[in-house]
Amino acid sequence: MAKTKVSPLETFSKGFVKENPVLRLVLGTCPALAVSNTMVSAIGMGIATIMVLVMTNTIISALKKVIPSKVRIPAYIVIISTMVTVVQMLVKAFLPVIYDALGVYLPLITVNCIILGRAESFASKNSVALSILDGLGMGIGFLAALFSISLIREFVGGGTILSGIQSLLPFLSGSSFNGVDVASAVSQYTALEPIKIFILPAGGFMVFGFLMALVNRINHKKGKPSVELGCGSCKACDKEAK
Amino acid sequence: MKTYIALLVMGILTQNFVLSRFLGICPFLGVSRQTNTAVGMGLAVTGVMTLAAIISHPFNVLLNNMGLEYLQTTVFILIIASLVQILEVFIKRYIKALYSAFGIYLPLITTNCAVLGIVIINAQEAYTFPQSIVSALGAGLGFLLAIFMFSIVRSKINEAHVPPSFRGMPITLIAASIVSLSFMGFTGIAQGLGLA
Repeated sequence: MAKTKVSPLETFSKGFVKENPVLRLVLGTCPALAVSNTMVSAIGMGIATIMVLVMTNTIISALKKVIPSKVRIPAYIVIISTMVTVVQMLVKAFLPVIYDALGVYLPLITVNCIILGRAESFASKNSVALSILDGLGMGIGFLAALFSISLIREFVGGGTILSGIQSLLPFLSGSSFNGVDVASAVSQYTALEPIKIFILPAGGFMVFGFLMALVNRINHKKGKPSVELGCGSCKACDKEAK
Repeated sequence: MKTYIALLVMGILTQNFVLSRFLGICPFLGVSRQTNTAVGMGLAVTGVMTLAAIISHPFNVLLNNMGLEYLQTTVFILIIASLVQILEVFIKRYIKALYSAFGIYLPLITTNCAVLGIVIINAQEAYTFPQSIVSALGAGLGFLLAIFMFSIVRSKINEAHVPPSFRGMPITLIAASIVSLSFMGFTGIAQGLGLA
């Protein structure tokens, strides 16, 4: 087993771009499309996923010697769903507007392939400290992808940026800043209207498709293969499929 | 009766699980290359969704009566995981033909967000027992319709000349966007039929 040693920094940073879970590995597509119509809900989802990912990675890595390998997938699912419930209750208590905006997609973090995938392919084999770094890095990569999709969708489709940010950051509630309304700011100079379709489901698929084409173009220039659907890299699904 | 028709129409057309609620995207993109496998996956998902709705309803009532609503997610995912396992063993043992047709799709369904999604939606909307069955059936049939139509669209893409950057996933997603656009035409149908 001559494995090349991966530095902690690389463990942390690989999720940002190199192994970005959404745009490179095509995991977690459901939440990436469903909540990216506004930036505030996308960021809320990203942060909730980071919390779940870090907590599950920590617990699963700490319990890796206790969990028998035959029942590991059900054990992981129970741990993940418990952590999702914890996060769900926290969001409901402190950010009720975000809780309503995320709706059914908040409990559905349980079946987000990224989380089970990291548990199976990283946390079950590495130390607690490294697993926390991996969870943080992958989570930030997920947040970054959601951020870019939602930035395009909200700006083109709604004409705003970070609209309703006060519901995500309650400490802003005293100030006058609650997102930038670009559309109404430019409306007196031009007759530009937001392209509504981008905040509708069809726009979600479209923006995601174009972003992935961009990733492909960069990949091809570097001589790497195209992006493929991530079910193969999610080892839990892969093994079960065989 | 009207409520049931409305639930069916909503699940299949106006609130289509894949194209407007973004649930079950993974199998929708992954298993839609050929029409027959797409239909197989669609039928398997429909069956599991309906069964999961039937089984989880009494558990939901029990949790509500005991004031344990916060355990919903954990209980539901365990119900779905064990249901799929039992179903696989049962079909493998007794209905060989069905197993050879749908067996390969069953394990993939456990972590399919459409199944957990419908169970949670049923619980959140506080549907009665027959209502939750109909809504699960509608959602499943909606998934089947979407994946079936999409597999036909994809077979056309295979014959088209696509720019290199768009080959594979990107063009598939953009095609999905256009299919989703066509489903938006159904938006007003529930009001039009006087159901909503």
